[in-house]
Amino acid sequence: MANSIKVRAKVKDDVTVVKTLINHVMETGLRKDKKTNKMIPAHFIQEVTCEHNGKNVLTAQWGISVSKNPYLSFKFKGAKAGDSLKVSWVDNKGKSDSIESKIK
Amino acid sequence: MNTNRRSFLKTSATAGVVSVAVGAGLLTPRAVLAAWPKNAFEAKEVNAALNAAMGNSSLTESADINLKAPDIAENGAVVPITVTSKIPGTESISILIPNNATPLAANFNLSSNTEGYISTRVKMGKTSDVVAVVKAGGKLYSSKKEVKVTIGGCGG
Repeated sequence: MANSIKVRAKVKDDVTVVKTLINHVMETGLRKDKKTNKMIPAHFIQEVTCEHNGKNVLTAQWGISVSKNPYLSFKFKGAKAGDSLKVSWVDNKGKSDSIESKIK
Repeated sequence: MNTNRRSFLKTSATAGVVSVAVGAGLLTPRAVLAAWPKNAFEAKEVNAALNAAMGNSSLTESADINLKAPDIAENGAVVPITVTSKIPGTESISILIPNNATPLAANFNLSSNTEGYISTRVKMGKTSDVVAVVKAGGKLYSSKKEVKVTIGGCGG
């Protein structure tokens, strides 16, 4: 499942704009399943990390209030086109995924 | 040899979840989970959440934080939020929604060359203020904006 993350990173005037989309249910644990009347257990991303050439540029810690299929955008300095950018996430069930892409 | 193997299997079976996580080939799963501030994200109150996340809850309103959020969100499940901080030395940006069951939505730790800019989407159960908290130089700065929600995004 290496395709749960979509990343687009572009450099312009020394600033790299990174946009990511992650496919994830982001279940809060507060919702009831209407058929079984049972609570749906929480299942959400807890931590997202972004690394530029192996150096951390952003660590995000998320709670249950982040939307389903989360979108995240941020900017950082000092990258060149062709540099590698790694984005990875870990959820509360211990599942994780990561993707490495090139900055354009 | 064989008895060792047996006892190893037994202990790993009783160790349960942790051993399963390790067995699944995750890198240091315990370290990652420990870094996630559980108390902060499970706190039911803004001050408690801030105390747990930052060790401090005294906020200074700042005009240098630009919080962009819709005035009215038709769908509370997807509310786009953009925070731009012009405060020098911004270390982290947090997004809190006081009227949600757990106010702390997200916490972004920025490295030194990362700009004070975060854009993401959050869920809102009902009409509430959205508070952006910026940590810079050990102090907390905030900016807030009310977002009216017509259809809630939690529990529905």
